[in-house]
Amino acid sequence: MADERTHGFEPRIVAFLCRWCSYAGADLAGVSRMIYPPNVVPIRVNCSGRVDVTMVLSALEKGADGVLIGGCHPGDCHYVNGNYKTRRRIEVLKRALDDAGLDPRRVRLEWISASEGAKFRDTVTEFVDTIKGLGPSPVRIGATAHGES
Amino acid sequence: MPTPRIGVFVCHCGLNIERTVDTQAVAEALSAHPGVVHVMDYDYMCSDPGQVAIKDAILEHRLTGGVVAACSPSMHEPTFRRAAEEAGLNPYLFEMANIREHCSWVHDDRDEATRKAIRIARTLIEKVKGNHPLEPVQIDHCEKCLVIGGGITGIQAALDVADAGFEVLLVEKSPALGGHMAQLSETFPTLDCSQCILAPKTVEAARHPNIRVLALSEVLDVSGYVGNYSVKIRKNPTYVDPEKCNLCGECVKVCPESTPSEFDCGLVERKAIFIPSPQSIPSSYTLDENTCLGLHPLRCSECAKVCEPGAIDFDMQPEIIEEDVAAIIVATGYELYPILNLGEYGAGDVPDVIDGLQFERLLSSSGPTGGEVRRPSDGKVPKKVVFVQCAGSRDPENHNSHCSKICCMYTAKHALLYRHAVHDGEATVFYIDVRAGGKGYEEFIQRATEDEKIRYLRGKVARIYRDGDQVVVWGVDTISGKRVEMEADLVVLAMSIDPHPSAQALARTLRISCGSEGFLKEAHPKLRPVESLTAGIFVAGAGQGPKDIPESVAQGSGAAAKAITLLVQEKLTHSPEVVSIDETVCGGCGVCVSMCPYAALSLNAAGVAECNEVLCEGCGTCVSSCPTGAAQLKNMTDTQLHEMLEVALADG
Repeated sequence: MADERTHGFEPRIVAFLCRWCSYAGADLAGVSRMIYPPNVVPIRVNCSGRVDVTMVLSALEKGADGVLIGGCHPGDCHYVNGNYKTRRRIEVLKRALDDAGLDPRRVRLEWISASEGAKFRDTVTEFVDTIKGLGPSPVRIGATAHGES
Repeated sequence: MPTPRIGVFVCHCGLNIERTVDTQAVAEALSAHPGVVHVMDYDYMCSDPGQVAIKDAILEHRLTGGVVAACSPSMHEPTFRRAAEEAGLNPYLFEMANIREHCSWVHDDRDEATRKAIRIARTLIEKVKGNHPLEPVQIDHCEKCLVIGGGITGIQAALDVADAGFEVLLVEKSPALGGHMAQLSETFPTLDCSQCILAPKTVEAARHPNIRVLALSEVLDVSGYVGNYSVKIRKNPTYVDPEKCNLCGECVKVCPESTPSEFDCGLVERKAIFIPSPQSIPSSYTLDENTCLGLHPLRCSECAKVCEPGAIDFDMQPEIIEEDVAAIIVATGYELYPILNLGEYGAGDVPDVIDGLQFERLLSSSGPTGGEVRRPSDGKVPKKVVFVQCAGSRDPENHNSHCSKICCMYTAKHALLYRHAVHDGEATVFYIDVRAGGKGYEEFIQRATEDEKIRYLRGKVARIYRDGDQVVVWGVDTISGKRVEMEADLVVLAMSIDPHPSAQALARTLRISCGSEGFLKEAHPKLRPVESLTAGIFVAGAGQGPKDIPESVAQGSGAAAKAITLLVQEKLTHSPEVVSIDETVCGGCGVCVSMCPYAALSLNAAGVAECNEVLCEGCGTCVSSCPTGAAQLKNMTDTQLHEMLEVALADG
């Protein structure tokens, strides 16, 4: 594990992006030709409120080293308040992950609007760095027994 | 469900994708993906031959679904879904994998980008395998339009919609229609008198049988969806009955209370009872309750005593108006960046440092000086005037980063009009560059620069301060590289343009978004400039970004055309990608009912949840809170998402 942490570990990350803000923000990053690391596979959902805890856990169980959730800024949700619901869910999930021995920094919720291409790039870049620092997910490499946090 | 037969179409987008993604390698990798029976790559899938190839493949390979790996679905999803439909395949069985905006344009390593493109496409193949054919939901709609903002943009939009035969509610926050255009003296580049070209429009809006003007009103709440928005508007009391008021103005003469005039930009005071300008529409006085001694006959009531027709009504109450509208046009306009933020230019400290709108009032024949240019401090005619462009604009470190677009033109206009008014006066314009993109604009700038008493000085002003009754301007002439210090009688700052301060809160009420500097955000900066991302809500005018009058009018008409397109349809359609409830699984707990922001879910007589497809917007919040998995989003079920995650994270 230590080897993989220091030598060429490329994290696998999925990003659930809401259609109206974060997915469009990622589109804008593309249109603006902003370069960021290729580790993140985006999945478009209508609303960040669609992302439930089991979906994030499912991603971690399937080997994700990190999960990013992008939603509209508070007050700007296209569906009134789906992002507030997600915020609460993810907060609870992070505590549960911590208890289960998985570093909660592996799950990140970020508000990225359709005009924030640069924020999308910066978020992905930072998140990939964070995950690189944390190393491969213990779930993926079958090292759950001792946890990491 | 039949065995999936998926076709995958990988687009090169010329070199846009091909340069960083090996499309052939993508096609080859995907050909081995379970369920894929046909793969091709092509230069431009969106071109006619590209679409023909898709249609041929659907027929030849009896495809049950398809994935086009190309650009963002916000660009071409309708194109490819229509092509599928033309080949007899339900359009909801076609999806787009975004390997351009989310891949080829943002990565530079070809191998890594190619691997990521394959992963992205695989997730969409898995999604399509779980998709079902769907039919759009049909909805009835009402036939009214709401226009928010009674400036030139809103007026134009209202007139166009009304002329097409639909009823319009035109809501304006201030007491009169016309917006900032009503304050202007003359307009560039033709030097038409602003009021003279505006007044026929305001009058027409007021007398149009299809337009109901609600001045001094604000939108409190908006709910519903395209075609069927319910809006709640508060019409604030003017305390003057417009039917009775005959504009005699006797009330103004006796009113004891004053406050700085908004219409004259604080250059003079107005009374508590006032009319913004003689041409104001609605043509009636307004009693400003914040300035009035107390709306009580015992406190003052001087106005009521002299009002012959008895128009003053201290008991007038706010009126709450509830209406159903099919479409909403948002034209909230601009406000100048607060001049007090420019302390370095003496704003707030030096009375003879004013903003562009104040100078308009000094030039206007309806202004406080009757069109004679006199400076605020002592009423003298200024012989030397300095104009400072980009005041608060293009200065990301201290102020706004954007270009306010209209200031170069109106400063040239100011300088010319000043020279017309004061023949022996001298004008100096400090500029960074002169941006004059528009029909006849460059010629207009030439006209200003050819005037020997208008000096254009390229440079930035550093400081402005008072020295006796003079204003001293310090700056740098960046062409000669020399420091400049000059005395002036009056300084006019071409202030940056901000969105109207109420726009942000209104955008939230409407569930549309604003960009980084607070301007209303359009659905696409080039191709959908007057639509918001919320169906049925349109944006126009300077609220969307700094604009001059012709552009604002064009956007007003553009937004109106979009609204009319919606209003003339017999029925509207709604995405069928909404929630369905599996009644055999639903336990009737009702959690979904409480989560739904649209009241689309309810418990039926059998005690299980039921979804009203017309109301459901497809957010899926109920799906993620349903404990049994009975609530599912059509074509984005939990099962589909799990399959998508599986391939997104698989090795290889």
